[in-house]
Amino acid sequence: MDYTIRIGGEAGQGIQTVGGTLAGVFAKSGYHVFTNQDYESRVRGGHNFYQVRLSDKPVTASRDNLDIVVALDGESILRYERALGEKGILVYDSAALQQQHDKPHFLNVPFTGLAEEHGGSKIMANTVAVGAVLGMLGMKLDILMEIIQSTFKKKGEEVIQGNIKAATAGHSYAVDNCGERCAFIPASQSEKKMLIDGTSSVALGAIMSGCKFYSAYPMTPSTGVMVYLASRAGDYGIVVEQAEDEIAAINMALGASFAGVRAMTGTSGGGFALMAEGLSLAGMTETPIVIFEGQRPGPATGFPTRTEQGDLLFILHAGHGEFPRVVFAPGSPEQAFYLTNKAFDMAEKYQIPVFVMSDTYLADSEWTFNGFDVSKLRYKEYRLRSEQLNALDEYKRHAFTEDGVTPLGVPGCSGHLVVTDSDEHDEEGHIVEDAETRIKMTEKRLFKKLPRIKEEIEPPMFYGNDRPEVVIVGWGSTFGVMREAVDDLSGENRIAMLHFSELYPFPSSEKFDYLGLLRNASLTICVENNATGQFEQLVRAETGYEFNRNIRKYDGRPFVREELVSRITSLIM
Amino acid sequence: MPTVDDYNGRTPAWCPGCGNFGILKTLKETLVEINFEPHQFTVVSGIGQAAKTPHYLRCNTFNGLHGRAIPVATGIKLCNHEMPVIITTGDGDCYGEGGNHLIHAMRRNVNVKAFVHNNQIYGLTKGQSSPTTMEGMVTKAQPFGSLSEGLNPVAIAVAFDCSFVARSFSGDMEHLKQMMKEAIHHKGFALLDILQPCVTFNKLNTFQWYRDRVYRLGDDYDPYDRVEAFRKALEWGEKIPIGIIFRNERPTLEEKIPVIREAPLVNQPFSLDKVKEEINRFY
Repeated sequence: MDYTIRIGGEAGQGIQTVGGTLAGVFAKSGYHVFTNQDYESRVRGGHNFYQVRLSDKPVTASRDNLDIVVALDGESILRYERALGEKGILVYDSAALQQQHDKPHFLNVPFTGLAEEHGGSKIMANTVAVGAVLGMLGMKLDILMEIIQSTFKKKGEEVIQGNIKAATAGHSYAVDNCGERCAFIPASQSEKKMLIDGTSSVALGAIMSGCKFYSAYPMTPSTGVMVYLASRAGDYGIVVEQAEDEIAAINMALGASFAGVRAMTGTSGGGFALMAEGLSLAGMTETPIVIFEGQRPGPATGFPTRTEQGDLLFILHAGHGEFPRVVFAPGSPEQAFYLTNKAFDMAEKYQIPVFVMSDTYLADSEWTFNGFDVSKLRYKEYRLRSEQLNALDEYKRHAFTEDGVTPLGVPGCSGHLVVTDSDEHDEEGHIVEDAETRIKMTEKRLFKKLPRIKEEIEPPMFYGNDRPEVVIVGWGSTFGVMREAVDDLSGENRIAMLHFSELYPFPSSEKFDYLGLLRNASLTICVENNATGQFEQLVRAETGYEFNRNIRKYDGRPFVREELVSRITSLIM
Repeated sequence: MPTVDDYNGRTPAWCPGCGNFGILKTLKETLVEINFEPHQFTVVSGIGQAAKTPHYLRCNTFNGLHGRAIPVATGIKLCNHEMPVIITTGDGDCYGEGGNHLIHAMRRNVNVKAFVHNNQIYGLTKGQSSPTTMEGMVTKAQPFGSLSEGLNPVAIAVAFDCSFVARSFSGDMEHLKQMMKEAIHHKGFALLDILQPCVTFNKLNTFQWYRDRVYRLGDDYDPYDRVEAFRKALEWGEKIPIGIIFRNERPTLEEKIPVIREAPLVNQPFSLDKVKEEINRFY
């Protein structure tokens, strides 16, 4: 079983409600789910879609071969009818769209009519649609009923009953009218799965790493992290401040970190451009900070709601002067969760800025997992507080140490002073001008810390044939689609993939000889969602290795499985 | 009880005769008289001659970037609202580069104190016009005279309902000390604009120029009257009022954040056990 459902409609029509509810039903039923979205930069109108893929095997990418299209607008029919697979069905409401189709792969379900008749309000048309899709798939309604109960608990029994009747009506109508056209056979259900998107995973990772302060200025696709943390602030004791601009956002977070709490900021490329100076400040003052950067296509405003991996070299090189940084680019919500945790740990341990890079595609995609393992999380208190700090005879914020790391004292809780400066400074943190101190401080900040930082960086993930002729290589959000492409092509090819999620400092090949693997392959392909091959450039700069070929995509859309498979195939030929 | 000697920091790198010396001396005396120990509070600064002040004191210090003292101070205050936070800044730092942060600090009413050394010129970069340079003043970078009107920070603060707005003069240290104390004791964001000569680069607004013009507000002046305060804020030229121009009493940002009502954020320990249920929301 491997079905793809696309819900198309105008912004504001509720495609997210329909798609999100279906994804919830499938995950709770124990199926593997992958969802992604495509939307325009507008709140009402236009045309958007939400796509849900479900299977009894793990799914990690979207497909362009559709099994069910739920058309909430006429545009969906025009655009997606031809994307239907052989047995695909397009379901629509002829009264609402004011058009009638008699072709066999069209199913007319009066979403609005049934909602008014059974639910008592046309608002429930989306619930009718969800019920209808479940009916088409031959699935039962019990889990949807549970979801309706909990979703509308606050709205009262009348709304719950209305929605239950609406869902039932949609379901029955589809079952009665599908006939032989709906040939879907659902696999048997299994234990319910965890369903989570990239944005929530970063926020969840931050909460579970002890993040206490988050300041940001809203910018797609990073805003979700701020909104999530704000929604949990009361329960978990987190201060979330919406700053007046990104400059303030990073400086507030640095102030918070200086004051003694774990702090984070988040933005997209354009906002991060404003943070570059603050990044450098973190470097000079050795103030720990985690920066979430959600990429979207630039330059400038670019495509606000679409996806691209276009900021890698910017993130690697931003900030004036020389200081260490760590850059992570998770490839799945699961990786985003653990790498956000590792980001906090490394930021605190080495007193450096650490990036978690995402993009619109990863931010909005939901994946299913059996669960996240909390016991794998790192949490260690690296700061000196009250008694510990008071116990020292003297304290110098930037004292020279063997490994370059000076314990981070918390100001105001002991008799010692904590002094730091954006100017070059001495051990106490005061402005200096002399060359000798400059050299020693540079060595402390950079050279002493770097070897230990580098040791913690994990090599790329390897997947596929262990003596591959073809190796595809990527980073960040292309992980899932690359994995499916390897699965798809491994019948006829000795193919494997390398996925980099810990990008900088660039992983050495000591833990795993990935360079040897690449050199032994006859075809190596670097896959990137950008125009200039930024990761390819990084690999060349760091290792001297040059890929044979590349696959790049810069239309603002993510790779889908069929597309990537066909582009790899054409290079193998 | 701390003494002034407890506050002796590094040797100032200011020009001899700089108005900053008077401000530094007054600040030290203020800190002693209000009984702050050096480790109990934090001074945040940006870049400029005024921003070097914390190095010449002894205190917890975050000397950050040009214009960015206010957001750093805001972050510190939100995490430790029991610790006093003072900003030492200048007219370029606070009214130019950091202007956006200033208006939002007034709006937030975060309980930090901005002491702005306002010498109406850029000192550190050697004599270009600043936002408060008077229109027409010729500098090396403005050979046709400063073409923009000088910014009136006090009027802006009144317009933004800043909860404490005062002006003082580095040449009247007794008055300055009183204003610093009032600002520190005020609950809410305080803007203290301190007129100060730049002996090297500002040949117009000299010590004597200020001395001839400043006058203390009388006891009958009511700083809670916003309309009257705005009228007073517009007074500039032949006569320049010093004193508390405007004040109001309203809740601070920190008081409005439920998360830190019981204890400062920095004193709230993290426990994974308390948050691990969060994962269950995704099943």
